[in-house]
Amino acid sequence: MIGFTLKGIVRDRSRSLLPVIIVSIGAMLTVAGTGWIKGIFGDIIAMNAKYSTGHVKILTAAYAENESQAPNDLALTDISSLLSSLKKDFTGVEWVPRIHFGGLIDIPDSSGVTKYQGNVVGRGVDLFSAGSRENERMNIAPSIVEGKLPENGKEILISHDFAKRFNLKPGDKVTFFGSSMNGGMVFSELTLCGTIKFGSQILDRGGIICDVSDAQQMLDMEDASSEILGYFKDDIYSEERADSLRSTFNSVYFDPGDEFSPKMLKLSEQNDLDEYLAYADRMGTIIALIFIFTLSVVLWNTGLLGGLRRYNEYGIRLALGEEKKHIYFMMLYEALIVGIIGSVVGSAAGLSFSYWLQETGLDFGDSFGNITMMMPQVFRARVVPEMFYIGFIPGVVAMLIGTAIAGIGIFKRDTARLFTELEV
Amino acid sequence: MNKDTIIRLERIVKNFPVGTGYFTALNNITLKFEKGEFAGLVGPSGSGKTTLLNIIGSLDTPTEGKASIMDKSLIGLSHKESAQLRSKHIGFIFQTYNLLPVYTVYENVEFTLLLQKVPLSERRKAVMEALEWVGLTDKVNSKPSMLSGGESQRVAIARSMVKKPEVVLADEPTANLDSVNSHHILQTMKKLNEELKVTFIFATHDEKVMQYLSRIISLADGKIVGDTINPNHGSNAQ
Ligand SMILES: Nc1ncnc2c1ncn2[C@@H]1O[C@H](COP(=O)(O)OP(=O)(O)OP(=O)(O)O)[C@@H](O)[C@H]1O
Ligand SMILES: [Mg+2]
Repeated sequence: MIGFTLKGIVRDRSRSLLPVIIVSIGAMLTVAGTGWIKGIFGDIIAMNAKYSTGHVKILTAAYAENESQAPNDLALTDISSLLSSLKKDFTGVEWVPRIHFGGLIDIPDSSGVTKYQGNVVGRGVDLFSAGSRENERMNIAPSIVEGKLPENGKEILISHDFAKRFNLKPGDKVTFFGSSMNGGMVFSELTLCGTIKFGSQILDRGGIICDVSDAQQMLDMEDASSEILGYFKDDIYSEERADSLRSTFNSVYFDPGDEFSPKMLKLSEQNDLDEYLAYADRMGTIIALIFIFTLSVVLWNTGLLGGLRRYNEYGIRLALGEEKKHIYFMMLYEALIVGIIGSVVGSAAGLSFSYWLQETGLDFGDSFGNITMMMPQVFRARVVPEMFYIGFIPGVVAMLIGTAIAGIGIFKRDTARLFTELEV
Repeated sequence: MNKDTIIRLERIVKNFPVGTGYFTALNNITLKFEKGEFAGLVGPSGSGKTTLLNIIGSLDTPTEGKASIMDKSLIGLSHKESAQLRSKHIGFIFQTYNLLPVYTVYENVEFTLLLQKVPLSERRKAVMEALEWVGLTDKVNSKPSMLSGGESQRVAIARSMVKKPEVVLADEPTANLDSVNSHHILQTMKKLNEELKVTFIFATHDEKVMQYLSRIISLADGKIVGDTINPNHGSNAQ
């Protein structure tokens, strides 16, 4: 009987082609949608890791409390010895210090009198040490619009928008005013070596970038930094690795009684990224549910049409003594096969599309100019293992639900009318 | 009680609801069929022939009266019971052949055996035998669309006969056939009737069919108006 059903599906393309196409489209959209969402959230998380959270981050417990205010009076101290023991104890991880700071940039006119002043947020990043991957990680060099990377002390990059607003050019001198680690007022003469635009408002808003050693000097932060970020050397964030790293580190270094003792946070504990991760999963489920629902409705109608077209066939089978329940189960069986075929085709298409989107990316350029979230400009899908089966859920389930509803009609069929119906 | 009585109908009434009242399609029908009969229901259109075949074939139930086939009552059967009865014991032949278009001749004939889960080798034997009876062994792999009307009806006969049923019910089986093909399939059915002792009941108003019938039951307005043995049956057959 199963062979009988299979032959029907293979030979009568009108009973399989339309549902296969519908199911494939649904499975494809589900798979591609999942890849798209995974890509976006994966990129958001990767971006956060690169610019903000690291895969893990070490800071003092007190600094962590007020992180958004960049309270450098609570910064990590004695970092050279901390860094060298980190390098020794946790070899699979690259450790980099960064300094966040705020202040004022003073732009003098030709006679040295203040012409403009502007608020800036600054980052001290390790650009100078040999082997540092910070430049590459933060995509600094390719984001330079005019000028070049800092090569000597007291050279800074400044946000291109900021530079345009105050008519600054590479080579111009500016004065930075800020507060030292100990609360005193500090100022330094700096040279603008280039302008930079990351394409994300949160990174571009009045930002300056300098080498971490310059920031230490400017802010009197000798051997101190706001934070030390850890990056797994294979660049792949793993929740389990971050977890075990954090508990090992905290058990050794963190003293709950000392708010200046270093404390490690993992990526997902920061910037609400755990919520993003959960959200990404929920979105995947919602997409699947939406497709199950819409596809079911469409396939129910397709099933009704198929039922009309095959009205005679079912009538003959009833007359020949096939039970209604048996016909119904054979319809579901047929739906299962069609659902599987459609899901295979659709998943393959969805995976190919996602793979293409993963490798090529879709560049939205400046169209997201006003978004304040740290978000990438180039959208890339991400092929994840669940995409190999997720298309089958709407594909097969919807096909079964659609057929199950459409097929109910068989139970209402009156055998008493079969002769009359079959005579036309 | 005649041991060879295969179908008993007693005071069968069939009413169809029409508007606020009902229409009586069969009115007090009492009939018996013996094993191996080659009988026909004849009468004008609307006289109730098909309605009666429906009741005998367990496709419909009478409003009143008793009906049984092989001493099994046809009244109050569940859908499952009547389906099983049809699949095992009753063959149907329709005016419009009603073969399943996507399946080959072989597969069409095989279908009821699949329903009964007959093992492959037995199935093969039975299908080939049935196709031999109707002379279509050379068409096993043809699709219904490639067959002539006469050939299609012969496949339908093979399909109804393959399970060796007790009764074959044929509603106007020649209505779509020319004279030559009509005689051909009637001869085939008559031969099967004689060789296998299968009871055939026709509903027809075709004179050609009547020539072959050994018993002619005349219906008019849902009542039996004649029930005669046809002494000359088969004599005019070509
Ligand atoms: N389901 C039904 N509902 C209402 N009336 C019906 C129904 N089935 C049959 N009838 C009526 O019952 C009467 C007998 O119908 P039936 O089909 O048995 O006639 P018939 O002798 O087979 O006619 P024909 O030679 O045209 O096939 C007809 O008047 C028909 O209209
Ligand atoms: Mg009729």
